[in-house]
Amino acid sequence: MSMPQVRIEKRLNQRRWLMVAVPVGSFLVALVLIAILLVTTGHPPVSTFRRLFDAGYLADGALTSTLIAATPLAFTGLAAAAAFRMRLFNIGAEGQLYFGAIGAAGIALFLHGQSTVVLIAAMIAAGAALGAAWGAIPGLLRAFLNTNEIITSLMLNYVAALFLNYLIFDSLSYWRDTSPAARVFPQGKVLPDAATWPVSTLGSIGIPFGFLLAAAVAVGIWFLYTRTRFGFEAQVIGDSPRAARYAGMRTRRKIVAIMALSGGVAGVGGASQIGDFRHVLDVKGMEQASYGYAGIVVAALARYNPFAVVLVAVLLGGLQNAGYALQGADFPSGLVGVMQGLILFAMLGGELLVQYRVTLSRRVPLASLEAEAAG
Amino acid sequence: MTSADHLDPVAAAAGSPAVTMRGITKRFPGVVANDGVDFEARVGEVHALLGENGAGKSTLSNILTGLYRADAGELEVYGKRVAFQSPRDALDVGVCMVHQHFRLVEPFTVAENVVLGDHRDVGRSFLLHQKSIESRVTELGERYGLAVDPRARIWQLSVGEQQRVEILKALYREARILILDEPTAVLTPQEAEALFETLRAMAAEGRTVIFISHKLHEVTAVADRVTVLRGGKSIGTVTTAAATSQSLAALMVGREVELTRHVGGGEPGDVVLEVEGLSALGDRGVTALDDVSLTVRAGEVLGIAGVAGNGQRELAETITGLRPATAGSVSVDGAPVTLGDPRSAIRAGISHVPEDRLHTGVAPSLSIASNMALKDYRSSSFSQGPLLRLRRIGDRASELIKRYDVKAPGVGTPTRRLSGGNLQKVVIAREFSSEPRVLVAAAPTRGLDVGAIETVHGYLREAAARGVAVLMISEDLDEVLTLSDRIVVMYEGAIVGEVDAAVATPEELGLLMAGVTSPA
Repeated sequence: MSMPQVRIEKRLNQRRWLMVAVPVGSFLVALVLIAILLVTTGHPPVSTFRRLFDAGYLADGALTSTLIAATPLAFTGLAAAAAFRMRLFNIGAEGQLYFGAIGAAGIALFLHGQSTVVLIAAMIAAGAALGAAWGAIPGLLRAFLNTNEIITSLMLNYVAALFLNYLIFDSLSYWRDTSPAARVFPQGKVLPDAATWPVSTLGSIGIPFGFLLAAAVAVGIWFLYTRTRFGFEAQVIGDSPRAARYAGMRTRRKIVAIMALSGGVAGVGGASQIGDFRHVLDVKGMEQASYGYAGIVVAALARYNPFAVVLVAVLLGGLQNAGYALQGADFPSGLVGVMQGLILFAMLGGELLVQYRVTLSRRVPLASLEAEAAG
Repeated sequence: MTSADHLDPVAAAAGSPAVTMRGITKRFPGVVANDGVDFEARVGEVHALLGENGAGKSTLSNILTGLYRADAGELEVYGKRVAFQSPRDALDVGVCMVHQHFRLVEPFTVAENVVLGDHRDVGRSFLLHQKSIESRVTELGERYGLAVDPRARIWQLSVGEQQRVEILKALYREARILILDEPTAVLTPQEAEALFETLRAMAAEGRTVIFISHKLHEVTAVADRVTVLRGGKSIGTVTTAAATSQSLAALMVGREVELTRHVGGGEPGDVVLEVEGLSALGDRGVTALDDVSLTVRAGEVLGIAGVAGNGQRELAETITGLRPATAGSVSVDGAPVTLGDPRSAIRAGISHVPEDRLHTGVAPSLSIASNMALKDYRSSSFSQGPLLRLRRIGDRASELIKRYDVKAPGVGTPTRRLSGGNLQKVVIAREFSSEPRVLVAAAPTRGLDVGAIETVHGYLREAAARGVAVLMISEDLDEVLTLSDRIVVMYEGAIVGEVDAAVATPEELGLLMAGVTSPA
């Protein structure tokens, strides 16, 4: 007569141990799901996992590749976290990163012949400035016209992508390599050697300059949000815009500033793409990577904590890197994608358990109670 | 189980129990809202459920209407044990609630709202028989003195009329047990008296009316019996004939309470707040504040009385800069304040205890310490250049918590975890500690319990005694009469009268609040 009923209730006090136990548990669940997938597709699960972790974190040079994959994720993750904390949903890190890359590549080409220090500083500044400007557009629209920033920032990603294509494929722009060698397939001008960002080494691990920069940005964002007037206002506005207005805060300016800050961080990520890795305005490469969207996942998994963003970026970077290493004739890339998807799915699904608790209760139908009362 | 056929109201004799609740316990994480509550309401009575806020009245009525399920305890309706899974189950046995915040569809007509969600015959059919519904609504309205045009649209009705629609809705569904949650909060004294007539008529017909309130005089006026809840427990049930306001208040609070009127304070000083011809638009873009002029002197409490929604909230918001003005001026000590700019009002020394304290008065997810610094984080004592002085902010917050007796685990506690009374203390502590010239307090005690009301009133008097010009807006006439030196009444956005608080009567104010301005 009775049937179990599942109820999901919000937890009032979040337990600290759950913050660790749930992600770990989710990860294990994902491994089980993947193992089932591997067995059904005829791959040995245990050795596949070993290869996965080897390629991602353990083998020689694995961490170096992982950090390369992690760097852009850290930037876009930080960009998302900085805005989401204030409940401004900037989905536009993708486009802001493109503009950061355009700015950095442009200034590096323009300052041809300058020293590395000057070039790096100029590239960071230009990347941040263009990213911030692109991010400020949805910010201004939100602040003054009350437009939904999710839609506008998302739509501007397409505008940015089209503009990027235009620069290299549809025009003879300053960024495009117009030498006879590049006639066959359009590509960007290669940057001067001095514009290559340095790599520091820790033991056998190569750390891209961009990764260190991302870590510094994480510290900066944390400081900004916890120690400054600006961060205080941002928190109040994010929590209750009415309370912010009541307290005499200039909410519109802050909305624009936060969106610009978020865009600026993504823009530095774009500069890092150019300076650290690509050395040319690589349209297709950046578009295929979709760092901006992956950054939203990174920020969500890190619960918008800037330090956690860097950590999560390294974890996901390793996964991505391992994916490249795994795929081959015997292991289709689609399967790698499914595995990565399962891990993300389980991790994000597990988040529910941190904030909510699920209870099973027996639903007692009215009729049986009445029978009991009558009998 | 789809109908109430096995429950025959005629068979239920007057005086026999209609609702019996035994040992009802309901826990929410961190609180026990109901702790072994016993409650019984009889057929044919008006039974008041009295208690301070947080005493568990709402939880108990939500259990009775099937919104919540009790963790423990038994519920019997007309002697039969029931376990409601949803409000529909409760409706099936005739239990219906009239909520404090109306659940009406504004663009719909009265008749449409009445059948809305009714899952029996008429409401279920594909085509609605307008005529028969309308005639039934008219018939019910005449029988219980709930006159309202069934074809009128909800938005065209006054708040009092909307409440009648809510009650008609319950009657149309053949509710035998009606629960009314603080039904008089939005009514003038005259409207409230009419409502009491209706409730008595319904009880006389063999229905059971459960009347939730924390207003003592209403309870003694309308109820046959009263059950008092305190701290989630049922303290006892008494007949109102044998009770007085004083004795009920003592039961409710657990100690003797002073319910006396404030007797004129010291001599008021110079004019501090001067409002001249102030007009503003409401949230819907129509004029909500219409050419209001008033002055408040130092050390004086000016009470603003009026039925909710007559421009009081807009007045407070416009004076404090939250709402842009369309005309007029505000000045403090003769210096004009930039209208529509809260920061300018704060600089001029206007403190504001807002009506909506949880989302305007504080940022709910932020700590008590942050909220105590909400307005003066810019000052040099709490920030240095762009950096915050976190230690000082924390120290000051713990000092204020102590001084204002805020019950909280610590300064880091998010304010949304605080009870209404403690939340209000946080707002008051912040607003008072800024040494204001003017204090605008909107509904400063709404939703607070008797003990907290006393405390808040004490703080308001104390502020006036220190020479602050206090502008107090309240829908609670007792409060206005208790605290004010002068009272102005607002009706439809304008001031319709001013009376001396020492000689004013509730009846006189009630007429003004209803817009009757002919000389008395």
